[in-house]
Amino acid sequence: MHRLSIKEMSEKLRNKEITSVELTQHYLDRIERYDGELNAYITVTPELAIEMAKQADQMLSEGKGGVLTGIPVAHKDIFCIDGVKTTCGSKMLSNFVAPYDANVVEQLKSAGMPILGKTNMDEFAMGSSSESSYYGPTKNPWDMNAVPGGSSGGSAAVVAAGLAPLATGTDTGGSIRQPASFCGITGIKPTYGAVSRYGMIAYASSFDQGGPMTRTAEESAWLLDAMAGFDERDSTSLQQEKSDYCSTLEHDIQGLKVGVPKEYFGDGLDAGVEQVVRDAIAELEKQGAEIVEVSLPNKDLAVPAYYILAPAEASSNLSRFDGVRYGYRCENPTSLEDLYTRSRSEGFGAEVKRRIMVGAYALSAGYYDAYYLKAQKLRRMVRDDFTKAFEQCDVIIGPVAPTPAFNIGEKSDDPVSMYLADLYTIPVNLAGLPAMSFPGGFVDGRPVGVHLIGPYHSEAKLLNVAHQYQQATEWHKQMPESYQ
Amino acid sequence: MSLGKTEVDTIARLSAISVEASEVDQVTEKLSNILDLFAQMETVDTENVEPMSHPLDQVQRLREDVVTETDQREKYQKIAPAAKAGMYLVPQVIE
Repeated sequence: MHRLSIKEMSEKLRNKEITSVELTQHYLDRIERYDGELNAYITVTPELAIEMAKQADQMLSEGKGGVLTGIPVAHKDIFCIDGVKTTCGSKMLSNFVAPYDANVVEQLKSAGMPILGKTNMDEFAMGSSSESSYYGPTKNPWDMNAVPGGSSGGSAAVVAAGLAPLATGTDTGGSIRQPASFCGITGIKPTYGAVSRYGMIAYASSFDQGGPMTRTAEESAWLLDAMAGFDERDSTSLQQEKSDYCSTLEHDIQGLKVGVPKEYFGDGLDAGVEQVVRDAIAELEKQGAEIVEVSLPNKDLAVPAYYILAPAEASSNLSRFDGVRYGYRCENPTSLEDLYTRSRSEGFGAEVKRRIMVGAYALSAGYYDAYYLKAQKLRRMVRDDFTKAFEQCDVIIGPVAPTPAFNIGEKSDDPVSMYLADLYTIPVNLAGLPAMSFPGGFVDGRPVGVHLIGPYHSEAKLLNVAHQYQQATEWHKQMPESYQ
Repeated sequence: MSLGKTEVDTIARLSAISVEASEVDQVTEKLSNILDLFAQMETVDTENVEPMSHPLDQVQRLREDVVTETDQREKYQKIAPAAKAGMYLVPQVIE
């Protein structure tokens, strides 16, 4: 049943060949069987899942709902679900049962999507490997020695291993696209503001953006359609008509101008990864796209700028974790200051503490202009590079990450080398653009994704291009042998 | 740029995080490495560039000044580490 596409599942649900309860139980059984080793879920919610599946079956029998009704979903453990433990991968929230639903959860609930559970992630979404989770690292279903990427590594792993048909993720510096690449699935980070941040635990609010993680571009379009939309409870939610992500999927890409940024193919890019991207470019050209060279000259400034701005925002956002209103509190505090300091020191892991400290430093008196303000100026320069590039092309193509998935433990003790590996994804977050990763091949048995970046509000175009690519290729249909 | 122990102490205090004596060297080294990564920004000419805080240069949306939240104190305090009579409890501050 888990090998069916969402479209086939949906048809079988409508034809009453299967019920949502059966489909949901099938995934719960697979989670039970496989997740012990994979560690992709932090919390599994079987009772909630079956109860919601019964409601979905009711909706279906009344002829209500849409293509996703009855299809179970896994949520990244960054999204609050009323009455369900929501940890954000941290000891700090190990006892936190959310008192309300995130906007994304609310919308997928009303679409009739049973919740299988909450997926593992880097603590507070700070990381690129899912190793910094308090609940232990998630493994890559394609190779148990490899990381699944991060921070949405659990969501990528469950979709790749068939432990959920689709999942939600968030992307602050590449956290949907890089794990999608490492696990051989499709994921899209929408334009900043397209998906509500309400109930999504904040890391760096001017970058954080939720999005879908699925097998195919078509399925991403459906899930994004259900997740996105204006929400007055998110102060930076885009106030616009609801976008249509689905109706242009079948358009051909004849005459599409595809920009290839020369700076994305320089030193440090693995030769195998480069070949995967070049092959994808060739396929788009075969389908009638026109390839043009573009330039993103300030690409290398994006990593330092991001690792000032995001920690600065994090140091402010994470000040709410003080051991008073919810979350972890240290034992026997002797004073209010001791309560704050010990609760935070015991509740946060090493990488989170590091980023809070970097952020506090960058914002502190005497350093603000040299670090924070300078980084904000570089942010504009990086954005302007994209604006210029999009005068020459409709979409930009390139690698998602410089290598396929690295080994567990390979970078976990060297934060700077981990940061530098985000060089292709971070510029997109600084600019707030939509971008996606779709499977394009394998290097040494590990999947490699292709990065597609578009101008603001061009999600439908990106999904259309990836869908056309997937009509002619089979990479998105591959599944790791031990999970078939 | 390398940080000294005093600077690390200051940053830790600003962050309300304590750094154990046994971790100071390691924390100092890793923070210094991160600051080295930032050094390449210094040489970039940003003289006429406006700082950018929002990708779409959006401004804060305003709404009518009316009550929109309902009282959910009991629900929210149920998950507090220590609460009593509608208040959050912390160690005594004033003698």
